[in-house]
Amino acid sequence: MGAPNAAITPQSHASRRWAVRIRLLRGSLSYFWHGLVRRPMALLGGIVVLVYILAAIFAPHITVHDPIKGDLHKRLLPPAWQDGGDPAHLLGTDSLGYDILTRMIFGTRVSLLVGFLSVGIFVAVGTALGALAGYYGGLLDNVISRVTDLLLAFPLLIFAIAVVAFLGPGLTNLMVALSLKGWVGFFRLVRGEMMAEKTKEYVKAAKVVGQSDLAIIASEIMPNIVHSVLVLATLRLGSMVQAAAALDFLGLGVQPPTPVLGRMVGEGRNFILNAWWISTFPGIAIVLLVVSINVFGEGLRDILDPRQKVE
Amino acid sequence: MRAVRILERALVTIPIMLSIAILVFLFMRLSPGDPVDIMLGQEGTVTASERAQLRHEFHLDEPVHVQLWLFLKGAVRGDLGYSYVHKRPVKELIADRLPATIELALGAFIFSLIVSIPIGIISAARQRSLIDQVSMIGALLGTSMPSFWLGIVLILFLCVRLQWLPAYGRIGAGVGLERVTGLYVLDSVLTKNRPALITSLKHLVLPSISLGVGGAATVARVLRSSMVDIMQQHYITLAHAKGQSEFLVVMRHALRNALIPTVTVVGLQVGALLGGNTTVETVFGWPGLGTLVIQAITNRDFPLVQASVMVYAFTFAMANLVVDVLYTYLNPKVEL
Repeated sequence: MGAPNAAITPQSHASRRWAVRIRLLRGSLSYFWHGLVRRPMALLGGIVVLVYILAAIFAPHITVHDPIKGDLHKRLLPPAWQDGGDPAHLLGTDSLGYDILTRMIFGTRVSLLVGFLSVGIFVAVGTALGALAGYYGGLLDNVISRVTDLLLAFPLLIFAIAVVAFLGPGLTNLMVALSLKGWVGFFRLVRGEMMAEKTKEYVKAAKVVGQSDLAIIASEIMPNIVHSVLVLATLRLGSMVQAAAALDFLGLGVQPPTPVLGRMVGEGRNFILNAWWISTFPGIAIVLLVVSINVFGEGLRDILDPRQKVE
Repeated sequence: MRAVRILERALVTIPIMLSIAILVFLFMRLSPGDPVDIMLGQEGTVTASERAQLRHEFHLDEPVHVQLWLFLKGAVRGDLGYSYVHKRPVKELIADRLPATIELALGAFIFSLIVSIPIGIISAARQRSLIDQVSMIGALLGTSMPSFWLGIVLILFLCVRLQWLPAYGRIGAGVGLERVTGLYVLDSVLTKNRPALITSLKHLVLPSISLGVGGAATVARVLRSSMVDIMQQHYITLAHAKGQSEFLVVMRHALRNALIPTVTVVGLQVGALLGGNTTVETVFGWPGLGTLVIQAITNRDFPLVQASVMVYAFTFAMANLVVDVLYTYLNPKVEL
């Protein structure tokens, strides 16, 4: 009764809490994996997205041709399986002799970069603002909510076009344009959840113990909201990729010679009559990416946050 | 009572529209590039006094808030500025193009409703059947496809390969049509002009499909999902037990209640249609507001960009208002 038991080691309060958190995280991850394995479509979607990401990262290693140097002797070649096709250019070439397949693979880099970065930015901004507005309420909440009402008065594409008109075309401006409206959805989600959680017992307990407001928001409430944010982020990723593709198609996104899927579709328009492959294949790449993201995102939603079902 | 609430809602839209106008104005005024330089760009060398004169004429030498006030005053009276590039009042340019955009949005809207509602109902009534699975896969593809790409693929198959439908423009070459509303299909009906009706409908089909598929897919999914939820309710079982035919159960009980969340989604489509038609207009050479905006941006024609963005935002706000009002008639539980 007196000697300390070797199995019970003394731990400080903070490190014990971290140990609990890590165990909870492992538990959630296995729960998530459990759910994913039972949803083959969502799993397939996730795998395809992973393939896209890997292709984008290793693009220079898996392609043969140079994406920004064309062979003018080999312009407008059809896909390899048609008459006049060249097996070295599986999906054909465009008007400047660029290999379509190579440019498609490099093009996914931009699509994924723009998609992930924009979503990352507006998730961070929207979540932070939503957490603060939901927790503190009052003037902050009122002002930001009015701003969101105003922003919602614009259709997304027109707003993005106007911003690009203002700032000029290019990668960063494209992301700014897309992010400026995107954060609103996350603001509302997090604000709503924050207002619901704020009244719960554990928050009151934390306040009584003397935790500062920011600590409460960050370490107590946010872990309970994170899964909803994750689901919405994945679903928004799909629409961001599409919106970026639309802006690229209009020539307002990333400029030549960087290969970009949306712009490739746009450039191929002039050649619909005699070179259909220039527009078609990059478009298929976009569709496949967005479908996979959406399927994965919906699976994620079914597992983590079914309440978001009818948006 | 309801009329008062509708009026209240309409009045709230006014400060929003005012804020939009101010926001767009400030946006444009703050963008880089001197309007006078742009105006005189093609004219060669200009003297300093001529520049000053031009500047004064367009009130560009006044402080910003004075310019804003002048702009708002003019806008309220319908004067939206003057296009440097086209050398015409902006109002005329927009009035020329706006009906085309509205016609396209309407065409897409009608297409999406015609397609999505039957599919949603049938899929829900025959869950897990082949038609349900095919439709839902189709719907998934529909929401993931860029509308401009779909337009290009449709052109490839139906215009280039099969030559069934025309690819560009609103109306066949050489067909005359008297302009009443600016909506060609409507005008051909109003003026009893059969050749114009046929050709304008043919030109409207593919753009409407391209624009409408995304919305149709979303609405079909939402409708199916809410109907599936409703079909499991007790009152549906009761209706079946009473011996009511399947058709009546579905149409009278299930559908009516399922329409409520569906109308919300349909309302959201309006915004998507207004925004999305820019790319579709470009693909099909449709002379609407979208292509005008793109042109204006490329030409750095700021008054035009400014006014077009404002018109878009206003149309969008108006459409949302109409949808909200209609929604209160459909769902008596909802307060405006």
